[in-house]
Amino acid sequence: MSQKFRLDKAGYINRDKKISFRFNRKKYFGYEGDTLASALLANGVHLVGRSFKYHRPRGFIGAGVEEPNAQVQLYTGAKTEPNAIATTVELVEGLVAKSQNCFPSVSFDFGAINNFLSKFFPAGFYYKTFMWPKSFWHRIYEPIIRKAAGLGVAPLKPDPDRYEHKFEYCDILVAGSGPSGLAGALAAAKNGAKVILAEDKPRFGGSLLTDEVTIGNKSGKDWADDTISQLKSMPNVIVKNRSQVFGYYDHNMMVMCERTKDHIESPSKFIPRQRLWYIRAKEVIISTGSIERPLVFGNNDRPGIMLASAAKEYMKVYGVLVGKKPIVFTNNDSGYDTAIDFKKNGINPIVLDIRSNSNSSVVMEAKNLNIDIKFSYGVVNAQGYKKVSSALIGKLNEDKSGYKNLETIDCDCICVSGNWTPTVHLSSQSGNKLKFDENVNAFIPNEPKQNESTVGSANGSFTLKNTLEEGLTKGYTLSKKITGKDLKISTPVSNERRYGQQDKFWCMPLPKNKHYKRCVDFQNDVYVSDIELAVREGFRSIEHVKRYTTLGMATDQGKTSNLNGLQLVSKIEKKIIPEVGHTTFRPPYTPVTIGTIVGREVGKYYRPTRKSPMHTWHESNNAVFVDAGLWLRPRYYKQKNETLAESSKREATNVRNNVGVCDVTSLGKIDIKGADSAEFLNRIYTNAWMKLPVGKARYGVMLREDGIVFDDGTVTRIAENHYHLTTTTAQAVNVLSHLEFYLQVVWPKLDVNVLSITEQWAGVALAGPNSRNLLNKLFPETDVSNEGMPFMAFKEADLFGVPARIFRISFSGELAYEINVESGYGVFMWEKIIEFGKEMNIEPYGTEALSTLRIEMGHVAGSEIDGRVIPSDLSLDLMISKKKDFIGKRSLKREAFLNPNREKIVGVVPLDKKTMIPEGSYLVIDENASLPNPKLGHISASCWSVEYNNPFSLAIMKDGKKKIGEKFFAVSPLKNKSIPVEIVSSHYVDPKGERVRS
Amino acid sequence: MLEIKCPYCGKRSQNEFSYGGDASVKRPELEKEISDKEWDDFVYLRKNLRGKHHEFWHHVAGCRQWFKVLRSTSTHEIFKTAKINEEL
Repeated sequence: MSQKFRLDKAGYINRDKKISFRFNRKKYFGYEGDTLASALLANGVHLVGRSFKYHRPRGFIGAGVEEPNAQVQLYTGAKTEPNAIATTVELVEGLVAKSQNCFPSVSFDFGAINNFLSKFFPAGFYYKTFMWPKSFWHRIYEPIIRKAAGLGVAPLKPDPDRYEHKFEYCDILVAGSGPSGLAGALAAAKNGAKVILAEDKPRFGGSLLTDEVTIGNKSGKDWADDTISQLKSMPNVIVKNRSQVFGYYDHNMMVMCERTKDHIESPSKFIPRQRLWYIRAKEVIISTGSIERPLVFGNNDRPGIMLASAAKEYMKVYGVLVGKKPIVFTNNDSGYDTAIDFKKNGINPIVLDIRSNSNSSVVMEAKNLNIDIKFSYGVVNAQGYKKVSSALIGKLNEDKSGYKNLETIDCDCICVSGNWTPTVHLSSQSGNKLKFDENVNAFIPNEPKQNESTVGSANGSFTLKNTLEEGLTKGYTLSKKITGKDLKISTPVSNERRYGQQDKFWCMPLPKNKHYKRCVDFQNDVYVSDIELAVREGFRSIEHVKRYTTLGMATDQGKTSNLNGLQLVSKIEKKIIPEVGHTTFRPPYTPVTIGTIVGREVGKYYRPTRKSPMHTWHESNNAVFVDAGLWLRPRYYKQKNETLAESSKREATNVRNNVGVCDVTSLGKIDIKGADSAEFLNRIYTNAWMKLPVGKARYGVMLREDGIVFDDGTVTRIAENHYHLTTTTAQAVNVLSHLEFYLQVVWPKLDVNVLSITEQWAGVALAGPNSRNLLNKLFPETDVSNEGMPFMAFKEADLFGVPARIFRISFSGELAYEINVESGYGVFMWEKIIEFGKEMNIEPYGTEALSTLRIEMGHVAGSEIDGRVIPSDLSLDLMISKKKDFIGKRSLKREAFLNPNREKIVGVVPLDKKTMIPEGSYLVIDENASLPNPKLGHISASCWSVEYNNPFSLAIMKDGKKKIGEKFFAVSPLKNKSIPVEIVSSHYVDPKGERVRS
Repeated sequence: MLEIKCPYCGKRSQNEFSYGGDASVKRPELEKEISDKEWDDFVYLRKNLRGKHHEFWHHVAGCRQWFKVLRSTSTHEIFKTAKINEEL
C-alpha cells in the first residue's frame, strides 16, 4: 500500500524496514523510525481523537511531548495503556492503538452533541448546574459526569511488565540534547566532569535535526551525530536517549524516566519496560529548548491545523507531508522555514503573515523561491469538520480589530507559528522565580535557587551562535569549578538563517455577528469565550482563572496553551503579562506511568519480609502465616479442615493442659552493656532496676515524655554490666532509636552501649504445665526445678552442645520458659523440642492462640498499648517507682492523668456466654439511645476463653474498675451487632498469678 | 529528596535518615522540681518557625548516630550539620 503523504527521500527513517500496525482496527504500514503520529500522517490520517468536553474532532498539533490532542489507547488487556501521546509512541511491529473519548467511533461520536449544546456547558458549568437538589450530586450527577468525562481506560489487570529504579551521581546533568545541551555536555566532559546527557526523543540533536544550519564545516545533524559519538566514547559520560528528565527536586535531585522496552520489536524478557533514574547532580544544565505557540482563530482546533515546527519536523525527520495544499499562518519569521521546506519538496504553500512586512533574510529567501506571501493577513476561521478543507482568511485593518476584506481559500492543512515559549518547567520546579522577557514575549528563568543553569532557547536565546556559546561557556565554567581542570574548547563557526522581529499579535478577532469557537487549551477544551467569561465573573488571579476554566490543567500541563491563556487574560484585563503572573509548574513535566514510580516495590517486593530461622519448619507443618510488621509469623497450624477458631482453640487448650511451643524470634532483642547500664534502665523504665541481681529478669514499662505508655518487655541481667532487653515485635525498631537518642543526645556521659540482636538469636516460648518436664529433658545437666530456677530466673545452659539462654518468663500466664539460641541453631532447637516434647503431647501454637492465652490472663499488648493510655489505665500502677525519676514521670502529674474517671482496662463477658464480641465495639448503656450514643469504652481484644469455654474480651472503659459486675451493651454498627455484656476483672484466669510460679 | 551530610559518614540521601525534632529543645534535668508550664513547654511547645531551624536527625539506615542539622524550613537548604557535642 503506497503512502500518499510520504516523501521519496527525506527523513531519518529506515525505509528498508516496513512495519505494520493497527489504528482503530484498520491496518496501516509505516517504517522503522516512525512515530505512531508520523506513520498515520503518512497514510493521510489526521482525525485521531475527540476533545475532552465537547467531543470535537481533533488531529495532531505537535510532533513531541507538547501534543495536546493525539492521546490514544495502546494495546488491549493487561498491557493496555491509556492516554499515550501518539507523537511520542515509536512504531513497532504489531502496535495496536485506538482513539479515546468517543463512542461508537472517532468518526461518528454521539458525544459530539455536546458541541451543539456547548452554550449549556460554559466554564465552571458544573459549579453552577449541579448545585440543586443537593442529594442529586452523589447519586445522579457525579456518575454521569464521571462517565462522560475522562480520557482513556485504565487497565483492569495487573501490569505484566517490570520497572526498575536506578540511583546515579554525576557532576553535571544536561537535560536536552539540542545544540546548547550538546555544547554544554561536550565542554564539561572534555574538562573532566562526570556528565549525564539526557534526551527525551529517540534521536539526539533537538533543533539540529530540522534546522538549515552548519556548525564547523558540517550540517547541524552531522555535528550532532559526531558530538554524540565523541561523548559516547568518553568513560566519564553517560548518554541516554528516550530519557525524559521530568522532575527537579530538592538538593539537585533530578528524576528521569528512561523508556527501555516499548520500542523494541522482540524484547528480551529480562529488560524492564521503563527505568526511573534518581540522579543527584552537582550542577544541572537545563537545555530543554522551546515549544512553538499556536495562533488562535475560529475553529483552530480542526484536524489538519498544527504547529509549523511540527509540520517541518514531519517533513525533515520522517519524510512526511502533513498536507499538499498548506497555509502557513505566522506572526514571525520561523514560520517561513516550514514554507521553504514545503516549497523544496514540490508543494506550493501560501504564507499568511500578520505583520505588515518583513525584510529579514529568511523572508527574502522565501520570496526568491516565489512563495505566495500575504502580509497583514490571517486565518479568520477554519472550515471543514473532521478535517480542514478551506479557510476564511482576512486582511487585518490597521489596529487589527477587524478586517478590510474576507475571502475563502482551499487548503488541506494550516501550519501555525505564534512564536516560541521557552520550556522553563525544570527551572521553575527548582525554585527559580521566572521573569517575563519582553523580547521573547515569554517567561524565562531568573536567579537560580539551586545549582542550575538554563541555556539555549529555554533561556530565551534563539540564535544558534548564542546557543552554542551559552552551552560551551556553562559546560566549561561549571566543570572547572568541580574538577579544577582548565581545558577549554573553542566555539565552532556556525551558519544560520537570520530572523527578524515578531509581531505579538496572536488572537484573531471575530468578524461581525460570527461566534466561532477559538480554542486556547486543546486538551481541556478551553476557549477564548470561557476565559472571557471567567474574567467577567470576577476571577482575577491567574491561579483562579486556571482552576475555574481548567486552563492548562490537563495532562499536557498547558505546554501549548499557558502563554496564550496568560496573554488573553492580560489583554482583557489590560494588564501587562508580568502583572498577571504565571501558574506554578510542578513535576512531572510529562505524564509518568505509576508502574515506573513504584518500580520493583510491588506484590511481595512491596516491603522486605522478615522470617524467623524456623520459618521453613512452620511452612512444612501447615502453618498459616500472618503479617506482624515486616515479620511473617505462624498464626495457627492447620490440622485437616480446621478453621482458624478451631485451630487456635486446640492450640491454646493444649498449652493450658500439656505444653506448647511458640516461635517468638520476632520479639525485639537489645543487648545492653556498660558500667552505667542499671542507671540507664532506671531512667528509661518506670520501675526500679538498681537492685536486679545477675541471673534475674524483670518486667518493665517504658513511657514517652508525655506520659503515654510506649512499650513493655523484660530485661534480664546476664552479667554485672550486661543486660538483655526485649521489646514487642511492633516497637522493636522505635525502642532502639529511642534508647540511642537518650544515650547520644540527652545523657551522653552515661557509659552504656546498645545493639539490636533480634536477628542474631532465635527464640521460642515453652508454655504449659509440662514445660518444666520438657526442659529437664532438653537440659539434663541444668537444675531447672522451681527452687533451682524460680519465676523470672535466667540461666545459660547447654542444649546438646549448643549454647542457650533460658529465661523463666511467661506471656501466656502458664508455667513457661523462653529459650534463645544463635539463629543458625534455631531449627535444631525447635526440632529437639518437638522430638522430646512428643511424649508430653507438645504442639506448636501460633499468634492466635498466643493472643487467646494473654487476653484471658489480662496481659496487655499492642491493642491496649495504643498510644492513648498511661500506666494506671492498664492497672500498671505498681510499676511506677515513687523513688526515682524516669522518662515521662513528670507528665503523670498532669491534671487529666490524675482524673479518677479515666478509661481503664476491664474484662467483658457476653451474657449469653456464646457470642464473640467484635473488636472495636463500643460499650454503651442503652443500645437504642439516639445517636450519638455516649460511648463508655471500646473492646480492644477478643478471644474464646479456653479456660471457661466462653467468649472473653478486654476493654478500655470509662471508670471501668467501678463498673465490674454491671451490665452494658457492646455495639458494633460495622458488624451490625448489639450484645448484652457484663463487666468483669481483666484478670479472668488465675488472677493471683499462681501458675507462673508453680 | 534532601541530601544530608552525616558528620560521620558524609553525604547521603534523605531516605537513610529519620527526623528527630527540634534540636533547640533541652530536656529538663532528672529529679529537678519544675513547674507545669516548664514541663508542658518542653513536651508540647515548638516554634514552627519559617527559616533557619535547628533539628535532630538520626542516621537510622547508616551509622545509627544522632546529629544536628541547621536547615531552612522554607527552602530546605541545609547550612550545616554537626555532631551532637559540637556547635552548629
